[in-house]
Amino acid sequence: MLKTVESTGVSRFKKKRTWRTSWEGIIPKLLLLCALVSILTTVGIVLTLVIETASFFQDVPFIEFITGTDWTALFSESQQEFGILPLISGTLLVTMGAAVVAIPLGLFSAIYLSEYAPDRLRRTLKPILEILAGIPTVVYGFFAFTFVTPVLRTFIPEMGVFNALSASVVVGIMIIPMIASLSEDAMSSVPRGIREAAYAMGSTRLEVSLKVVVPAALSGIIASFVLGISRAIGETMIVTIAAGATPKLTLDPTESIQTMTAYMVQAAMGDISYGGTVYKSIYAVGMTLFVFTLIMNLLAQYISRRFKEEY
Amino acid sequence: MSAEEAMIQQKGQSNVDSTDTEQKGADRVQFRRMLNHVAHGLFLLSTLVGVVVLGVLLYDIIQTGWKWVDADFLNNFASRFPEKSGVKAPLWGSLWLIGVTAPLTFIFGVGTAIYLEEYAKKNWFSRLIQLNISNLAGVPSIVFGILGLTIFARGWGLGQSVLTGALTMTLLILPIVIVAAREAIDSVPSSLRQASYAMGATRWQTIYKVVLPYSMPGILTGTILALSRAIGETAPLIMVGAVTFVYFTPGNIFDAFTVLPIQIYSWTGLPKEEFQEIAAGGIIILLAILLTMNALAIFLRNKYQQRNG
Repeated sequence: MLKTVESTGVSRFKKKRTWRTSWEGIIPKLLLLCALVSILTTVGIVLTLVIETASFFQDVPFIEFITGTDWTALFSESQQEFGILPLISGTLLVTMGAAVVAIPLGLFSAIYLSEYAPDRLRRTLKPILEILAGIPTVVYGFFAFTFVTPVLRTFIPEMGVFNALSASVVVGIMIIPMIASLSEDAMSSVPRGIREAAYAMGSTRLEVSLKVVVPAALSGIIASFVLGISRAIGETMIVTIAAGATPKLTLDPTESIQTMTAYMVQAAMGDISYGGTVYKSIYAVGMTLFVFTLIMNLLAQYISRRFKEEY
Repeated sequence: MSAEEAMIQQKGQSNVDSTDTEQKGADRVQFRRMLNHVAHGLFLLSTLVGVVVLGVLLYDIIQTGWKWVDADFLNNFASRFPEKSGVKAPLWGSLWLIGVTAPLTFIFGVGTAIYLEEYAKKNWFSRLIQLNISNLAGVPSIVFGILGLTIFARGWGLGQSVLTGALTMTLLILPIVIVAAREAIDSVPSSLRQASYAMGATRWQTIYKVVLPYSMPGILTGTILALSRAIGETAPLIMVGAVTFVYFTPGNIFDAFTVLPIQIYSWTGLPKEEFQEIAAGGIIILLAILLTMNALAIFLRNKYQQRNG
């Protein structure tokens, strides 16, 4: 009797174990497949961009693409020019405008939230900034077009309905929360002891903020600027709605321009034949955009890793 | 003793310098204090810019669009005539898109997070995945649209369907979900895991019955916030070819569709002023959905937190 109990016990134990061990072996493989999706996404993005861009360069010489000063891809075929410089200048114009708005405001907000704000006020302000970050970009675009542009035109009457200025101001506002929250994270990770030492030496709050906290958190702050700028480069709907659709090599923010992203939207909305040069130009512009943002993102990672102060 | 002596000596020295320097020092302190006050005001004002802009934006949109929002607006399709226009097709399109995107993102996002937190060894491969995820998070959304157009719409022949849009959106928001889920899983106390192992549970049993329930509030909050990003995205869906003038609601995942942001975009671009007011009406609906999703995230978090507590 004792023997049978023992033997069935053992056999049941064994059976369960084999079932379990195989399940335990399958699970990590299934999870690995999930993790591979993100790798495949990157591979997919790079491959599609590279393949179609390479085929684009069979129609349009590479040199012409990166040095040409006219972008008339959507004109009739005899007048088509594929020089990307106007699209790049449009993108940089909007991005610089956005940086001028967002970097000081974002940094000052971060200093206020991290060093000055009383606890209760901070708990009210942070969710408001989060809401600002969660507003869809098409809503910002609508706001730029129907509110900011008319307001700006009362000051600068000669400015057109579509202009880079309004778009860059609103793109700037859109990236404020990002810069503010990333910078604030960097500042609040500065140890309290350093602050208190500075206060003990008789420093004012401003001196502690600017001479102690900001330098100590500088790598994180600069990284937040770079990420914000990268976000502005890739921003699509605000510039599509408010900045216009006229590729122009200019640094005048009151003019109507076109960014790389806005061109891609315009081309995708229009009737373009699949496989033609215009269709492939979407990929070539996308590739340029991807390279720009990738460089910025890698730069941000490098800065925050290389210049990080360890405490 | 010696410190005291040094202080006395110093005092004596400063006495020699007459009261002039003391006055200067006091002025300097006053100046530094004033500078601090000015900067305080400046920093506060900068922070308030965001708050004020949010207020103006919401006021402007509600004031412009509120009169168009009624039952007809929700039940009408887009039209050439402003008074007959409505958001039925894009509203249902957006809901379909989110309905399909949600389970896909959840499965792949949480799967990746569990793999990285619980199974992956700390080697070049897991570092590669991590680096890859943080870089994907910085890729502009329109580039994901190109990927969706090439792979899903054309490569897999799914065309301009809900499924194409949902797959594209899944890839777009996956990095956000993965990061949120990893944080949530990472916050599970190791004592809970060890208790589970001590009771004879296997690795997967521990993950499924201990780690996941404990981290579920964080995972759900992250997923819902990521989905609310997806519902506001426009550019990638324009790229995959979600069309503007759709006069039907999707019946299955292979039907063509449009979404609220695209409808808002196309109304904004129309010359008639009424259409811009309708666009504002559409924005009100979109923001209402976003608000509901955020409230849901908070509700779920609170509910689960109570149970865990």
